[in-house]
Order: sequence, then structure tokens, then C-alpha cells
Amino acid sequence: MKKNAFQWTRKHLIGLRDLSREELEFILDTAEGFEEISTRSIKKAPPLRGKVVVNMFFEDSTRTRNSFTLAAGRLSADVIEFTKKSSAVNKGETLVDTARNLEAMGVDIVVIRHSAGGAPALLSRSINACVVNAGDGYHEHPTQALLDVYTIRQVRGRLDGLKIGIVGDIAHSRVARSNIYAMTKLGAEVTLIGPPTLMPPRVRDLPVRVSSRLDDVLEELDVINMLRIQFERMGGNPFPSVREYSHFFALTVERMKRAKPDITVMHPGPMNRGVEIESEVADGPNSVILKQVANGLAIRMAVLFLVNQAAMQTDVKS
Amino acid sequence: MEKILITGGRVIDPANQVDRQADILLADGQVAQIGPRLSASADRTFDATGKIVCPGLIDLHVHFREPGDEEEETIASGSAAAVAGGFTSVVCMPNTNPPIDEATGVEYIHRMGRQARKTFIYVMGALTKERSGQELAEIGLMHQAGAIGFTDDGSGVQNVAVMLRVMKYASMFDTVVAQHCQDNALVKNGVMNAGYNSTVLGLPGMDPLGEELMLWRDVQLVKKTGVRYHAQHISTAGAVEIIRQAKQDSLPVSCEVTPHHLLLTEDYVEDYDTCYKVNPPLRTAADVQALRDAVREGLVDALATDHAPHLQSEKELEFLAAPFGIAGIECALPLYIKALIEPGLTDWAGMLSMLTWRPAQVIGVDKGRIGPGDRADITVIDPGAEWVIDTDTFYSKSRNCPYHGWKVKGRVLATLVAGEIRYLSPEWTAEKQ
Repeated sequence: MKKNAFQWTRKHLIGLRDLSREELEFILDTAEGFEEISTRSIKKAPPLRGKVVVNMFFEDSTRTRNSFTLAAGRLSADVIEFTKKSSAVNKGETLVDTARNLEAMGVDIVVIRHSAGGAPALLSRSINACVVNAGDGYHEHPTQALLDVYTIRQVRGRLDGLKIGIVGDIAHSRVARSNIYAMTKLGAEVTLIGPPTLMPPRVRDLPVRVSSRLDDVLEELDVINMLRIQFERMGGNPFPSVREYSHFFALTVERMKRAKPDITVMHPGPMNRGVEIESEVADGPNSVILKQVANGLAIRMAVLFLVNQAAMQTDVKS
Repeated sequence: MEKILITGGRVIDPANQVDRQADILLADGQVAQIGPRLSASADRTFDATGKIVCPGLIDLHVHFREPGDEEEETIASGSAAAVAGGFTSVVCMPNTNPPIDEATGVEYIHRMGRQARKTFIYVMGALTKERSGQELAEIGLMHQAGAIGFTDDGSGVQNVAVMLRVMKYASMFDTVVAQHCQDNALVKNGVMNAGYNSTVLGLPGMDPLGEELMLWRDVQLVKKTGVRYHAQHISTAGAVEIIRQAKQDSLPVSCEVTPHHLLLTEDYVEDYDTCYKVNPPLRTAADVQALRDAVREGLVDALATDHAPHLQSEKELEFLAAPFGIAGIECALPLYIKALIEPGLTDWAGMLSMLTWRPAQVIGVDKGRIGPGDRADITVIDPGAEWVIDTDTFYSKSRNCPYHGWKVKGRVLATLVAGEIRYLSPEWTAEKQ
């Protein structure tokens, strides 16, 4: 763990686009320090004792929500679960009002998952509590990308110079966006791979290469991150059939034969087995998919710990 | 009726190619005399030395939300805002609730406008029943009731066969068909310009092609039907190209541009600030430049605010859920000055043309000029006044205005409609006792 004079000052984690390499590395280092807690017989540490964390989930999630709940619990925080299925269009109480009400009950950290891009940013402007983005629309999913780069660093030792491919629905993927920022800031070279109908506008203005042919770039990749095809989010039919998509873009046993033997295979879950990734590959020796999930816990502990610390420091100052 | 004398101002009346220092005497709701050092007696005399005296400003595009959304704006509050902004005539859009798609609605808007007794209220009727883009609305009856044009503003007529029928039908009346050009199939659930920022913010984008394709389509229909056609709030460089070609072809096509499309880009959306959520969306710097160049070329017939008030509580929603629209009729004039005169794209006469006689021509009304005998709709402007826009002082009911805190130059001192003072700035104490 690096021992430098770096001081974490953000009381919100909305996205990774504005974070510096130093900040990213500081989160990863902090997470490393927290990993040990999960190996104890009593898996708890006291840094958030007396603090209240609310999980505000306006969209389905098991993995991320459970991971945040566990992470908060391991840091001894009290956790409120707030789940409400909602579309982006608000009919009842507004998001800001809901959050203000929770804040009035003494909530210190709001973890929010929302189908509307920008919802966490809106909250961070409207309430005093810390806001942690657990995924908003197709804007960002910072903790996912942090656990991704954490896993890569763990497995490969570094990101500098690595060639990483992100395959699939880039247009509607918050994971892809956060991944791009985290990976490129840490020195990796990112190639986005998918049909043009699943690429966002002006994608080439991002610090990436873009390809619509997986087979052309597969051989040079050190890491490949297979995104979930999100049928619920795409709208229209951006490709003719699952069969055709898989034919060109799925990570199959056949394709793995042409990849580097030590390629690291990732997936943010939940997987569509047989669509973007074949089961044999997902469960194979190159896969770090379950490691990603395990690392999510340490990353989320680190994030909750850091934003709370920053909030306490600003409170002391003011 | 009192006689009013405004002395010593710089009278700019672009329709009559007047730009000189003169006195102007108003009596019986008309311009009675105009000339240097009039020796007329009047009930009230204002010293306008160093000020600009021009025909009352005309805004072809406002949403006063009545009927249906009176918590956001009423014709009374919107009219008060309009005269504070120097506008003596405005055109209300029909996308109210219910929409103005029959003559009774037109009459209602007119009646509320008369009651408000501030600005002169015109109204456009809907092109199709309930603005659904399917069946023709009663265009003829609304025309007879005084609707000065027709549009489904808020959205465009999607179906090309319906649009062709609408334009053919409307061509039997002396009226204008206006369109909010946007192809819904392309633009879908978009909330901002499709571009780098929408990608980074993860928001669904509105492809500029959506605007350009519909505009191009409509221009082809103009060739076929010959109806007068007005492209509302154009926002892209491509749209400017299409307008340029249509004008070169001498087609009866006109267009309007808003202050925000002349001043703001998609970069302002950066922090999900819903004040910048507007339809058509803020585009790129290249589009802003193309619109400004279009002004310089004379391709823009009218400057129009698209004043679109909304409740603060609605604008506090998620960017995806918040309504589209910018309110700002009260501060439009200095914004036009900032966008057009300050960078030297046009001069006062050129800018005022797009705020007076040229918009009047678009809607076919005899206004926007102040020769002797003309209706005394007059705006007095202090071109040098520097001030800070403060939305808390707005007469409008809404505050969804991104210009709060902007330092601007140029201020409306007085607005007269049919010879009556309907707005007098507290700053202006030029009345001679």
C-alpha cells in the first residue's frame, strides 16, 4: 500500500470521469486494506459505527445492492433498504423530496441506483448527505468499474500497457463508460467492440479505439470484458437476432482458441449464458467473473469509508 | 385618450428605412406626427434623448400555458412579462391543455388577452385535432375566428400524407403553416442533442437529422402546395442550409431563431441542469455559429423566444423526467443584443427588423412600422444600460431561466400598445412635468 500524503476530499462518488489517476489508485489501495476484514472470523470493523446508510434502489439489482449492504454492515453502519420500482418519470413524491425525507431521519450516506442518468448528481446538489452512485441510467456505474480495475490489477499486477476490449452494447452501458475512464486513466488501451447500432454518438471522441469486428482485435487483447446484452434497455432491434449477434460478438470456446492463452475474461453480470458468453468460457480458467463479485465488497467498503471521512472533515472545517 | 410625446429619441423604423433623431407624437392610439422638434402639445412628454424608439417588438412564439397549466403561466402573467420585455404583440402556441384546435379556443385566448390589457395576443391554432397528427383541425373556422397561423408546436406532424393534406387544405386561406420540425422516429425519447455530451452523460440524444429531414420534407411539400410555411425555432447548421436553398428557390418559406440557440450550446447541459433542457435541444458551437451567420446573411425572418415557463418543482426532477423549456421573454432583448449586435453580425436596424416588420409579415399582419397613421405600438430602449438579469424580478410566474445572474446590456424602458403605456421601467424617470 502506498504511503503518501494523498488526501481524499470527495464526499460524493458520482462518476469516474472527473477522478484523477491518483484518486483511483487511492481507492484501490484503500480497498486492499479492507480485504483483510473479510477474512476475519468476525467480519466487522468500526469505522461507520453510528452512521446510517440508505440503499435507495429504483431499479432491480441483487448483486450491487447486496454488496453495498454487506459492505456497510462490515463497517458497522446501520443500513436502511429503500426499494421502489419506478420509471424515470416521477408521478408521486419526487426523488429530491424522498431523499430529503430520509435525510431528515439522519441518513449519512445515500447509495442510489436509478434508471435516469444524472439522478445521483441531482441528489448530490439537493441534500447534505454523501451520495454514492450505484448505477444511473447509462451514465456511470463507478463501483463496478473500480472493482473491475481492482480485479485486473490483482490478476495482472498493473493496467499500464494492457490492451482491454469491451464488447457489446456500449450505447446503453453505464459499466462501459465508467470502465473507459478508469482503465484509460490507469494506463490501459481500450477498444470498444460491437455493432455500430450499439455505439453511442461521437464514440470516437472518447479516449478509445472502436471496432465492429471482434475477430480482428481479439488476438491482441490482454483483457476482455463482455457486457450483458440488455434487451430491456435497447429498444428497437439494434441487431437482427440473438443468433446473429452471438455469431459475431459472443465469446465462444472457438474464439478463445485464437485469443492470448492468458487472456483475462470478465463480465459485470448478470450473464446471458449462450448469448454474449458461452458457459464453458464463463466458468473456464481464464474467467475472473466471481473474483469480480468478491472484490466488489472491498471496493464498496473503501468507497463508503472514504466519502464518510471526507464528509466528516468538511463538517469539522465548517 | 391621452396624447403622448416622446422627444429626442433615435427613431429606428426599419420597415420605413428610418434611423434618425426625431420626436414622435401619439394620439388616438396612432402615430400622429413624427419629425424633428415637434411643437405639439401633449398630456405626457417623455425625454428619450440617447434612447432608441422603435416599433413595438413582436414575438412569434410564446407559451402562456392557459388554458390548462395556469400554475406555470397565465395569459395575464405572460402578457405582463411580454411588455416588460418590450413586446407589443406575441403569438401564443396552441399546445395548451386542451389544445387550441377549434374556434372557441381561439376566441378564449383573444378574450383573455384583451382582459390582461398588456401585450396584443395573437394565437396559432393546431394543424390537427388534439395535435395528434392524424385528422385536420378546423383550420378554416379558426382562421375566421382570427388565428393567424397553424402549428402542432411541441411536436411536428409526423405523417407525410397528413402534412401534405394539411398544407393543401390551408392553402385556400391566406395563412401560414408553421412546424416544429422533428422526426419522432429518429429523436424518440431524446432529451438533449445527440453528441459527445449525451454520450458522456448517458442521456438519450436527439439527432439533428430529425429536425433537418422534416424541414427538407416540408420544403418539398411547399413546392407542391404553394402554402406559406414557417420553420419554428430552427437549431442546426443543416436546417440553415435547407432554409438558404428554399429562399434561393424563392419559395414562401420563413424561419425563426431563439435566443438560446444563438447563445448556448450542449456543453451547458454538463451538470444535468434542467434549465438547459429545451426542445429543440441546445446544439453544438458549430450550429450556433451557423445560426448567427444565417442572421448576418438575412436568412432569419424572425427572432422568437419560445418562452416556455415551467414550475420549479418540475424542473427539479431528474433530467430525463423534467419538462422541456426555457422562460425568458423578459430578458430576450439584451440577449439578442449580446448574440447579434455585440459581435457585429448585424446592426440595430437589422436586429429590429427581425423583431418588428419581418415577423409581422410572417403572420400576415400589418404591424411593425411607425409611420404617421400607423398603430402606436412602440418600444423605448436604453441601448447602453448595463444590468444583471434577476429572475426574482420577473413578471412571469416561472423561473426556469438559465440567464439568471448574466450581465447584459440594453434595457426596455417603456412599452406602448395602441398609444397606451403598458409598461414603464421604474428606472426611467424621463417624464417632463
